[in-house]
Amino acid sequence: MATHEVRFPVTDPAEILKLRAGDEVVVQGHIIGIRDRTQIRIFDQGIEPPMDLSGAFLLHTAPNVRKLGPGKYEKLCIGTTTSARMVRFTEGLGVQYGVRAICGKGGFPDEAIEPMQRLGMVYFAIVGGAAALETTQIEEIEEVAWEELMPECLWKFRVKDFGPLTVGIDAHGGSLYRDVQSRALEKLEEIYARL
Amino acid sequence: MSVVTTDLDTAVADAAAHLYVWALKDIPQDLRDALRDAAGRETSVTGQRVLQTILRNVSVAEDEKNLVCQDTGIAVYYCKVGEHFPLHPARIYAALREGTERATVEHPLRSNTVHTLTRENTGPNVGFRVPIVHWDFVPDWDGLDVKCVPKGSGSENMSFLKMCVPADGVTGIKKFVLESIVGAGGKPCPPGIVGVGIGGSADYAMHLAKEAIARPVGTHNPDPLVAELEQDLYELLNETGVGPMGLGGDVTVLSVHVEHADTHMTLNPVAVNYQCWAARRASAHVAADGTVAFERDA
Repeated sequence: MATHEVRFPVTDPAEILKLRAGDEVVVQGHIIGIRDRTQIRIFDQGIEPPMDLSGAFLLHTAPNVRKLGPGKYEKLCIGTTTSARMVRFTEGLGVQYGVRAICGKGGFPDEAIEPMQRLGMVYFAIVGGAAALETTQIEEIEEVAWEELMPECLWKFRVKDFGPLTVGIDAHGGSLYRDVQSRALEKLEEIYARL
Repeated sequence: MSVVTTDLDTAVADAAAHLYVWALKDIPQDLRDALRDAAGRETSVTGQRVLQTILRNVSVAEDEKNLVCQDTGIAVYYCKVGEHFPLHPARIYAALREGTERATVEHPLRSNTVHTLTRENTGPNVGFRVPIVHWDFVPDWDGLDVKCVPKGSGSENMSFLKMCVPADGVTGIKKFVLESIVGAGGKPCPPGIVGVGIGGSADYAMHLAKEAIARPVGTHNPDPLVAELEQDLYELLNETGVGPMGLGGDVTVLSVHVEHADTHMTLNPVAVNYQCWAARRASAHVAADGTVAFERDA
């Protein structure tokens, strides 16, 4: 398992292709916060997002913030939500907007593996609940769009040493979640036999 | 810490406001110890990465006086009301609601509560039938114990109920708990506390499972048969290899707590309620004279 540093947004697909499931990654640059309602608006209501998502790193989040002025927010506590609810948007994010990385907690089910491989995308696992630490790694909330969806707006954060993240699903068809789950199901059969 | 006030409504509201924020920031010692022990025995690289990050996060929350987790949850309170406590439960409820609202606005905390159909936000973590309060009444006593358990949705979404049949027996109970936790994978933020409610009725089994997650790590059910089931499940679940955040490893759960009730001869209900590693809870005792004593580890 290797350790990498990746700066987002990425322009070179090799930055994504070098990552393998299980690797440790620390992220620099800019990341975009997104959540259920944000993606329902983009894909189910067909409204174009007012932010450039090409090469982007998306974070599944709905932050605690304090409003300072028009469009300006101070971070209070920013953490990450369960990804599985939003798996169906993966392909659209890759095909229509060129998103390269999706980060959340708890993993994506197996249906994300094929589109991520085809489109050169990765899923990063963050440590769920570790929001106090995550907040210190977000330097500033630079932009916010769709404030009426508060807190499920589109957020642009500038980050420094964001992580450690674990590559949960890579762009080569590898998934830690699939591997862990299939081993656990085998183990269950063995346990059931002795109950 | 203790505070004296003469107005009981205010005392209860103040206690609720303090408990809600405190629970979100300062996780109990039993949990800190359990997480440290988990890091001591985890052998996988990803599992260590997760557990070390968790421990770092707990200390950053303390240093920065920030919330441990951004999910401020749905406010749940457990109240034990003495029969001679001078404030009626209807007024206690109003005070808990006021305290929740005030904490949310003043801190400020993220407002999570929405109408269940329209999904529109209903305000500062209060709404129709929210906060959720569970009641217990104690004879020959004039005090009030309030425990605040603001539980996040990642783990609450991993709640499961099965109406096993009597012929499924204890084996059926164990299988259902195992398949539930393996199926939940990394979603409920493992390693956490698995609450299991058995017996009673469908609704009561889930109530008991929820009560079970609010117990300190290291406590055991006083009934030796049930305590044995807790230990068996703990060992079996940690054989599954789900590991910290579902990324694989030795430590899948920190603890298993089982609560039970007698049931109908044809029923065998099993409810599972998962509590994430950030198992937040804080308690207060309100005396009849309005004195409030806070206790983190109850």
